[in-house]
Amino acid sequence: MTRGFFACSAVTLFFSVPALASKLTIAVQLEPPHLDPTSAAAGAIDDVTYANIFESLTRFAEDGTIVPSLAESWDVSEDGLTYRFNLREGVTFHDGTSMDAEDVKFSLDRARGDDSTNAQKGLFAGIAAVNVIDPRTVEVTLSETDGNFLFNMAWGDAAIVAPESIDTIKTNPVGTGAFKFSEWVQGDRVELVRNEDYWGEPAALEAATFRFISDPTAAFSAMMAGDLDAFAAFPAPENLIQFEADERYKVLIGSTEGETVLSTNNKKPPLDDIRVRQAIAHAINRQEIIDGAQFGYGTPIGTHFAPHNPAYLDLTGNSPHDPEKARALLAEAGHGDGLTLSLKLPPPSYARRGGEIIAAQLREVGIDTEITNLEWAQWLEEVFRSKDYDLSIVAHTEPMDIGIYANPDYYFQYDNPRLQEVMSTLRGTTDPDRRRDLLQQAQTIVSEDYVNGFLFQQPRLTVAKKGVQGLWANAPTQAVDLTGVSWSD
Amino acid sequence: MSGGRRASWSFLTGAVLVSLFAIAALVSVIWTPHDVSGMNISARMKAPGGDYLLGTDHFGRDMLSMIMAGAQTSLAVAIIAVGIGMAAGVPLGLAAAANRGWLDELIMRANDLAFAFPALVIAILITAVFGPSAVNAIIAIGIFNIPVFARLTRGAALSLWTREFILAARVAGKGAVRISAEHILPNIANLLIVQGTIQFSLGVLAEAGLSYVGLGAQPPTPSWGRMLADSQTLVGLAPHLALVPGMAIILSVLGLNLLGDGLRDMLDPKLRVVRT
Repeated sequence: MTRGFFACSAVTLFFSVPALASKLTIAVQLEPPHLDPTSAAAGAIDDVTYANIFESLTRFAEDGTIVPSLAESWDVSEDGLTYRFNLREGVTFHDGTSMDAEDVKFSLDRARGDDSTNAQKGLFAGIAAVNVIDPRTVEVTLSETDGNFLFNMAWGDAAIVAPESIDTIKTNPVGTGAFKFSEWVQGDRVELVRNEDYWGEPAALEAATFRFISDPTAAFSAMMAGDLDAFAAFPAPENLIQFEADERYKVLIGSTEGETVLSTNNKKPPLDDIRVRQAIAHAINRQEIIDGAQFGYGTPIGTHFAPHNPAYLDLTGNSPHDPEKARALLAEAGHGDGLTLSLKLPPPSYARRGGEIIAAQLREVGIDTEITNLEWAQWLEEVFRSKDYDLSIVAHTEPMDIGIYANPDYYFQYDNPRLQEVMSTLRGTTDPDRRRDLLQQAQTIVSEDYVNGFLFQQPRLTVAKKGVQGLWANAPTQAVDLTGVSWSD
Repeated sequence: MSGGRRASWSFLTGAVLVSLFAIAALVSVIWTPHDVSGMNISARMKAPGGDYLLGTDHFGRDMLSMIMAGAQTSLAVAIIAVGIGMAAGVPLGLAAAANRGWLDELIMRANDLAFAFPALVIAILITAVFGPSAVNAIIAIGIFNIPVFARLTRGAALSLWTREFILAARVAGKGAVRISAEHILPNIANLLIVQGTIQFSLGVLAEAGLSYVGLGAQPPTPSWGRMLADSQTLVGLAPHLALVPGMAIILSVLGLNLLGDGLRDMLDPKLRVVRT
C-alpha cells in the first residue's frame, strides 16, 4: 500500500513539474558551417554562439547600446589612444581554466595577426599593441583615435577565446558564456547546457537546443506542430498573420541591421554609368517590394544605414519611384532601346520574391533582366568573390557597415576617394556630433551616387510560444541571446 | 463487331481536356485576359471571381493568364521532349532490331544504362552542369524518353522481322534500312503514337516537378510547377494559389492519360484482334 502510494505520488510529481519549462528549442534558418565566430563571416555562427557561448570585452544590448561584458569597466587616456580594460573577477572558461588578461591578449593578437582568418579584420586594424598589466588588467594601444573601438570590441568576431582550446574550437567551442556547448548533430541541431559556473546571472534555462530549418514551409509546420518553442528570424513573413491569430503564439517584430539592397556591380558597363544606376533607382518602387516580398514588414531606406540609428538620414527622396525619369535617364545614357542585365538571387524569399518584383519594375522602363536563382555557396562564389554579376539582392546584416563602400575590392566594386576619405576621418573621430556629421556625409554620398538600389531595412520577425519570455525582439547584431530567456507560468 | 474502332468514352474525355489546354496554350501566345507578368501588388491574393476569374497570386498577377501561359510552357516542353525521344529512340530501336548483332547489344545496353538513372537525377545533373532553364529541362526530359522509345521500337520491330511480308521484301532485294522505313515503321506507328501520348503526360509532370524544385523554367517565364512552389507557404492564406495550378496539372495529365488509353483501344492491333 505504502509502495503504491509512493509510486503514485512520484508520477504526479513527475507530471506536475513542467519538464520542459527549463529547456528551450529554438530554430534559426541557417546551420553554421562551424562554431568559431572569430574565423568566418557566416552570421549563423553568431546566432548560436554570440553571448550564449562566447563573450567579448564589451557587448551589444538589445537596443544596440554597448555595455560591459568581460571587461567590467575601462579607462580611456586623455589622447584617446589607450584603453585600459579592467576584467571581471572569477571568470572561467567552460573547460575550467580561468579567463585572464593573457587570454584577452591572445584573442586580440590572433584576430589582428597577419595569418588571421578573422572575417572582420578591420575591427582590429587600429590596434597597435595589447599589453598585459596584471591578470585582471589589459591595456590596448591604438595607432590613431578610433571612436568606434568599444563598438568594435562588442562584435562576435572579437570573442575572447582560450589558447588551449583553439585547435578544436570549430567543433567544440569553449567560451565563457552562460551556456556550454554540448552536442552538434550536423544537419539538425546544436545543443547547449547551462554553465553552472557562470560569472554573472546564471541562465534561467537548463538547456537550449538550436535547430536549423531552412525551408520556410517546414519552419511553419514545425512551429505550428509545437515542435519548436521559438523561431528567431522567421523566414516566411506571409505566415505571421496565422501566428498572430493563434493564441498559442506571439510574434515579435523588431529592427535589424540588415539593409536590403539591390547590389550593383559598379565597375561593369553599363552600370559604371551613374545615369544607368540612377535610372534603376527611379524604376524601383520600394513599397511594392515591401508589400509583395515582405507582406508589409520592412522600412524603406534611401541609403545604406539603419533607420533606428540616431545618425540616420532619410534619403528615400533621392530615388522616388519615377519611371518617366528612369526612361529619360536611360535614353540619355544611350540605352533608349533597351538593356539586358543579369540578376542573381540567393535563396531567401526577400531576394527571390523581391527579384521577381524588381524584374517587373525594371521591365517597365526598358531594362530586361535574366534571373538566375543561386544557392548560398554559388552566390558567394559567383557574386561575392568572382564579382561575376550585374545585379543581386541581399541584406547586409553587419551593424554600421557603411564602411564597406570605402573598400573598392568589395563586390560592389565602388571606388570613390571622397567617401574613402570621409570614412577614414570618421575612424579618427571621437566627438559624437562630428561623428554623426561624417556618417551623414557618407550616407549622402552613397545615396547620391546611386551605388546600389536601396530597398528596405529587414525587420526581425520572431515567433514564439506565449510562455517564452526575454527573447530579443531587435537584432542589433547577428545574435540569438538566450541568456535572459525564461518560461512564464 | 463495330465497337473496335469507335472512339471510347475515355478517348473523348481525354481529347476534350487536352484540346482545352492546347487551345489555352495557343491563345495565350496572342492574348491573355491580363498581362501575364504584370504585377499589381495592391490586388494580391484575390480570391477567384470578378475581374480575375481564377484569382490573383501573391504578386497580384492574374492566375488565369498565368495558367494559360504556363500551359504553353508545359506543352512546349513536353512536345519537344517527346520529339527528342522519338527522333533518337525510334531509329536506334529500328537499327537494333535490324542488326541483331553487336550493334543491338551496344544500343540496348546503353539504353539499360540510361534507364538505370532515375529521370529526375538525370535532370538535376544536366541543370547542375548547364544551369536551370526551360531548354535544359527539355533536354533532360528528352534524354529520359530516348530509351523508352528505343525499347518499344526494338521489341515491336523484332516480332515483325519474323513475319512473311518482311521475308518477301527481303527476297525482293530491299535492304535493312528500306525495310525498316517502309514496312516496319508504318506497322508500329500506332504503338509509338500511344506511347508518345503517355510520355507526353509524363513530360508535363516532369516539367512541373523540375520547375517546382527550381530547375525548370526560370522566372518570369510562367510555369505550373513554380506556381505551386510559390504557393507553398501561402496555402493557409489563399488556398486557390495551390489549387489552381494543382488542378491544371492534374487535369492535363489525366486528359493525356485518358487520351492515350483511348488511342490504344482504337489502334493497338492486339486489342483490335480480340474485339473483331
